[in-house]
Amino acid sequence: MTASIRTLLGATALCATGMAAAAETTLTIATVNNGDMIRMQGLAGDFTAKHPDIKLEWVTLEENVLRQRVTQDIATKGGQFDVMTIGTYEVPIWAKQDWLEPLDGLSDDYDAGDILPAIAGGLSIDGTLYAAPFYGESSMVMYRKDLMEKAGMEMPEAPTWDDIAKAAEAMTDVSAGIYGICLRGKAGWGENMAFLTAAANSFGARWFDMDWKPQFDTEQWKTTLTTYLDLMGKYGPPGASSNGFNENLALFQSGKCGMWIDATVAASFVTNPNDSTVADQVGFALAPDAGLGKRGNWLWAWTLGIPAGTDAPEAAKTFIEWATSKDYLALVAEKEGWANVPPGTRTSLYENPEYLEAAPFAEMTLKSMEAADPTNPTVDPVPYTGVQFVAIPEFQGIGTAVGQQFSAALAGQITADQALQNAQTLTEREMKRGGYIK
Amino acid sequence: MARAVTTQRKALNTVIAWGVGILIFFPILWTILTSFKTEAEAIADPPLWFNFHWTLENYVTVQERSNYFRHFWNSVVISVGSTLIGLAIAVPAAWAMAFVPGKRTKDVLMWMLSTKMLPPVGVLVPLYLIFRNLGLLDTRTGLVFVLTMINLPIIIWMLYTYFKEIPNDILEAARMDGAGLRDEVVHVLLPMAVPGMASTVLLNIILAWNEAFWTLNLTAAKAAPLTAFIASYSSPEGLFYAKLSAASTMAIAPILIMGWFSQKQLVRGLTFGAVK
Repeated sequence: MTASIRTLLGATALCATGMAAAAETTLTIATVNNGDMIRMQGLAGDFTAKHPDIKLEWVTLEENVLRQRVTQDIATKGGQFDVMTIGTYEVPIWAKQDWLEPLDGLSDDYDAGDILPAIAGGLSIDGTLYAAPFYGESSMVMYRKDLMEKAGMEMPEAPTWDDIAKAAEAMTDVSAGIYGICLRGKAGWGENMAFLTAAANSFGARWFDMDWKPQFDTEQWKTTLTTYLDLMGKYGPPGASSNGFNENLALFQSGKCGMWIDATVAASFVTNPNDSTVADQVGFALAPDAGLGKRGNWLWAWTLGIPAGTDAPEAAKTFIEWATSKDYLALVAEKEGWANVPPGTRTSLYENPEYLEAAPFAEMTLKSMEAADPTNPTVDPVPYTGVQFVAIPEFQGIGTAVGQQFSAALAGQITADQALQNAQTLTEREMKRGGYIK
Repeated sequence: MARAVTTQRKALNTVIAWGVGILIFFPILWTILTSFKTEAEAIADPPLWFNFHWTLENYVTVQERSNYFRHFWNSVVISVGSTLIGLAIAVPAAWAMAFVPGKRTKDVLMWMLSTKMLPPVGVLVPLYLIFRNLGLLDTRTGLVFVLTMINLPIIIWMLYTYFKEIPNDILEAARMDGAGLRDEVVHVLLPMAVPGMASTVLLNIILAWNEAFWTLNLTAAKAAPLTAFIASYSSPEGLFYAKLSAASTMAIAPILIMGWFSQKQLVRGLTFGAVK
């Protein structure tokens, strides 16, 4: 009898253990290595405390490796990840392929209507959100207030390209190792072409007309490229054709750039006195325009999406709701201060006086993000979405190939005309191959 | 006079050898130095050599952020496992080709080597699909299998070269004394080929330890080795050189120490038969 009871109890215990194990869901999250994402990993204990039945596994990768890795997995339905960190470039393309689970049925507490409209627009298809933004960024002008003052100049809040050229000239002092302007020169669709495509929008240029015909043979693209080459040739640092975000960050932080037009996320780096020698001398302005109604700033967000076919869509959605919620922002503020909350996703953040006080660049970040419209990015109409990219699968390859031409022009290996002609030829070839044009 | 020339030449050779050695070792030295700097010092211009504030902060950050020992253990299992399985296949294959060559042996050897000439990315998608269907994605078993296959041609080629140096007469003598095939290989051939085998094993472990393409593409969270651990510290937005250097130093330290202690065997094996 005793033996039977023991057996029964043992079996019950085993069943209970088995059920507990079965009830536990493990989410594998692919994410990019940046400060905000790493901070989220550190704070994930809050999520697992609230959801003890969900275990989190992290795969952190560099941006380009991550992009290749998650694309390969989702295209082959490998099922390695339950939550993927993807950019605003991937979301509309993947959603159209039915590769992403729609994020419908989010709770009222989540308040999806609070997501910045420009960001939400780029992540939605027919009004349905396919990924939730974790942090967003635009681009803006970061400049040295002390050098501008020394030159007797003042940077307008919304400068034109002429203002930028004058300021760059005034701040350049090669003998002191100070270059008036630092811009991206390294080839790549997410490198120099992010800057140049956004800048081209402000000059009235566009990648394609409404019939998908490449537009590099237009006067607007010529103006864009010659303005860029002139600025960098006269006032830029040497070897600029190999400078990307990090190289320019290092130059600006060490006091070698008068001005830097790049991601708004850089604002927190250049104003951090631990890393920057010019932390207390940095001013901010909107990206320049040419009076045509569009500014030369981009719009980007790192978002969290759920690959179609995951074993745990509900747990993944629960996690995404936690990571992109207003409560998460409050959690970061409580643990690490308001200056460290992931920016650029929620309207309410920019109405929070504590945040506005802690982040002096917040207002300019919001204005920059509001100045970019991914669904209507250019002066003339275009058949694509995306401000600094064209949301078609072919763009990664074409964008990088065109970027190589423009980088070569910056290095002085070819002229601006040659670079534009080569860009036109190669883009036409790829668009024909893709079946967009005949 | 002749002696003076010889001494001069020796001195010159020594200087050149040291120069080349330092040149080759410099990136590793710079990585190690950078790992003890702050992020701001890591990008200082002009570069700081030794006059910086030495800190262990990067190592602490890396240890807090990542599970080093899980990645380390995966690296050990994958590199040692693939080497041992590769050796078990390669010894009989190399024996057959060295001592019982057929008409097509040379062609077979060349064909095996030709598999190394295909860019790995060319077979990535088919292999990924096979792994997905077999449930081998993100498993150490899958990685051991793929690294064994990748390094097998090198192991067979190296062992074949070493075995060819062993006179066939010795094996024949063993056979005449009544040794069977197993005894011939285990008790006669292998003891004579120990230096070559040791260097083959070491080289293969190093190759498997450093392999980054397949280990990054076929793993996620569970089977990721130290190559994935390093990759997680690179970032296109933000300063990362000091932390990346700390992660790299931690990843290469075990193999560097192993190489240091076994350098005699490595050199002996690699130069085995080079000078007659």
